[in-house]
Amino acid sequence: MQPFVYSRAEDAAAALRNGNASLPSAVESANQYLAGGTTLVDLMKLNVMRPRMVVDINALEKTAAQIELGAQGLRLGALARMSAVADSADIRKNFPVIAQSLELAASAQIRNMASLGGNVLQRTRCIYFRDTSYPNCNKRTPGSGCAALEGINRMHAVLGTSRDCIATYPGDFGQALIALDAQVEVQGQDGKRAFPFAQLHRQPGASPHIETTLKEGELITAFTIPALPFAKRSLYLKIRDRSSYEFALASAAVALDLEGDKVRDVRIALGGVATVPWRAADAEARLKGKGLDDQTLTEVANAAFAGATGHGHNDFKVELGKRTLTRALKQAAAMEIPT
Amino acid sequence: MSEQNQGWSRRNFLTSTAASTMSVALLDRAAGAAPADEPKADPRSPVSLSLNVNGSTRRVALDARTTLLDALREHIGLTGSKKGCDHGQCGACTVMVDGKRVLSCLTLAAAAQGREVTTIEGLASADGTLHPMQQAFIDHDAFQCGYCTPGQIMSAVACVKEGHANSESEIREYMSGNLCRCACYPNIVDAITGAKPKMKEA
Repeated sequence: MQPFVYSRAEDAAAALRNGNASLPSAVESANQYLAGGTTLVDLMKLNVMRPRMVVDINALEKTAAQIELGAQGLRLGALARMSAVADSADIRKNFPVIAQSLELAASAQIRNMASLGGNVLQRTRCIYFRDTSYPNCNKRTPGSGCAALEGINRMHAVLGTSRDCIATYPGDFGQALIALDAQVEVQGQDGKRAFPFAQLHRQPGASPHIETTLKEGELITAFTIPALPFAKRSLYLKIRDRSSYEFALASAAVALDLEGDKVRDVRIALGGVATVPWRAADAEARLKGKGLDDQTLTEVANAAFAGATGHGHNDFKVELGKRTLTRALKQAAAMEIPT
Repeated sequence: MSEQNQGWSRRNFLTSTAASTMSVALLDRAAGAAPADEPKADPRSPVSLSLNVNGSTRRVALDARTTLLDALREHIGLTGSKKGCDHGQCGACTVMVDGKRVLSCLTLAAAAQGREVTTIEGLASADGTLHPMQQAFIDHDAFQCGYCTPGQIMSAVACVKEGHANSESEIREYMSGNLCRCACYPNIVDAITGAKPKMKEA
């Protein structure tokens, strides 16, 4: 680990002052915010991240870790820990996909540490990104190439990839936020702003090292989730090599608003298969106004993966992803909704 | 557990040498150290910390890179918490911070200031009576080599306190962050099931 200056921010203003040299979620950024540390400290030990200053923002917990449920919806402070949100009875009942995506992620210890803000910004588990003995990783060293394209890429993405990067977005919670039309609130030197969570992450394109649309030094402060009709009939299905404590090979966050047997509205977000939390808008369009019969579900799944490209070892993810989505939709349709 | 009554042991030896050698070097460096909340230009200058571990205050001056795990083991002399993977994957380093189980290998020592840290050494009663979970691990033969055991026990205590020990499958799910390469999992589940009612009595 490279030496760094440890700085503890007692309030948001101090955090932003010290964080102002932090580039948006880029590996080479000189300043990094520290919340749970489960990604940052790990990657600093691997010398993948080498900040000169670490700005500890955990003291902001007093004001930025609240879980608030009102008539309009849910507001989650960015420093709320994964376990606190997953254990909330209100969230389990009214926004099940949120609780499930958090509960099925990581381990109990990590969920006690990791903040929601850090969770959505967690870095890929691509082995070539994490191992500095490979010189070629465009995400770690821009312009150096991508070792995964011709390497061991069983865990890699099939959607949203580019010639420069096929690293999978590893998170689960992000898909739940996509599925429920969440907004993200951020604070920076220029003040506060809010925008759709779906606009937070950037596909790799020709600049895989720039992962988000956050501006220099901006800090995520909260997520807001509207109480839309499909929020209660939502779930997260995660398929993985082990039944616990493992990243997804394929996952689906789905939310359904049913009118009798017909789908009035639907949201579909895919994980484990894409470079960002992935909204399958074409698949949603195919399902609206239809019933959940086998033929429709096949068309929906095909639409979700129409643009998928495998790279050898991960070819199986296209079929696995389709089956995961199909099962998730069937399970959501069969849910008993508490009133 | 009272170590004074046990005579000379490997644990005593490690603890006392770590404490004596580190204290001289650290106090020298600590004299000129700035408070932790003021950013310093030189990342190599030590950070002065006051850590609350098992109810007592421990003052140390550490390189900012020091994790809570290394602070406990190498600087404070509490070697019960174990270093397995050092990357948050195995759970051997599990301790409680403010009553919640966390991974001390991914916690910077500096970030643990002002928090209450509890390690495996702080679990037994002052008179040496083992915590019901410690006793249950012995009674159910829930370890072989023992390396993961301190982390398993800390995690198991939290698992019960969180209310996640209601069935075998729930225990397995909520203990999945603690790996045991001797594969004592069935006996660990039995130990937790057995300790749960005794923890309520205690």
